[in-house]
Amino acid sequence: MASGVKPRVKVPKKSSAGDVITIKTLISHKMESGQRKDGDGNVIPRSIINRFVADFNGENVIDVTLEPAISTNPYFQFDAMVPESGEFHFTWYDDDGDVYETKKKITVS
Amino acid sequence: MELSRRKLLAMGASSIALMSLGTLPAFASKADDEIAKFTGGAALGEGALELTAPEIAMNGNTVPIEVSAPGAVSVTVLADGNPVPNVATFNFGKLNASRSASTRIRLSKTQNVIAIAKMEDGSFQMAKANVKVTIGGCGG
Repeated sequence: MASGVKPRVKVPKKSSAGDVITIKTLISHKMESGQRKDGDGNVIPRSIINRFVADFNGENVIDVTLEPAISTNPYFQFDAMVPESGEFHFTWYDDDGDVYETKKKITVS
Repeated sequence: MELSRRKLLAMGASSIALMSLGTLPAFASKADDEIAKFTGGAALGEGALELTAPEIAMNGNTVPIEVSAPGAVSVTVLADGNPVPNVATFNFGKLNASRSASTRIRLSKTQNVIAIAKMEDGSFQMAKANVKVTIGGCGG
């Protein structure tokens, strides 16, 4: 599913040094589990996002391995500590080899 | 041994619990295999890992869950009644101070959701939650 995949990320624009912020991410993807069958009884092949990584200034925040049991439009919410101003880098890896990326800047005062 | 009413009741309850364990579907052992693979057979502690899941899920296609385990390196989530028990594995970096994450998962039927955390000292923690599913989320 290379088309229509749209990552959405919510990161606060500003924060204080050492604060813990909450990040919410969502990516539109049908996450075909490989368990379902079509009208003729054929198994619909698996097509999911299998990995999600969030980094801040090159340092890892979270690295998730996804299995077919993750719902359609995978959603993640997690915390991150921001020591300085910088950029969050979010990456999703699709089964078909596609990589979806998005970046968010945050200013720490 | 003298059997008091209380003892008898306790014995009855435990044997019922054992029986219901014995009649769990074969999927349970699949989940056990995955637990063994993750822990390498190490003993499982309890307490430091928190798993939040709803008691009743109307729609098995999106069941919100949350894991929180201060001091954990990674947390794996399993669903023992799904065709494939693995759900997700969270590896936490240093910047994720609270070591918590939440997501939405699919559950095919009423079952246990199991979370196993690998702690920084190499020990393992387990948490379990039973979720009743009204409409299963596997299609087919």
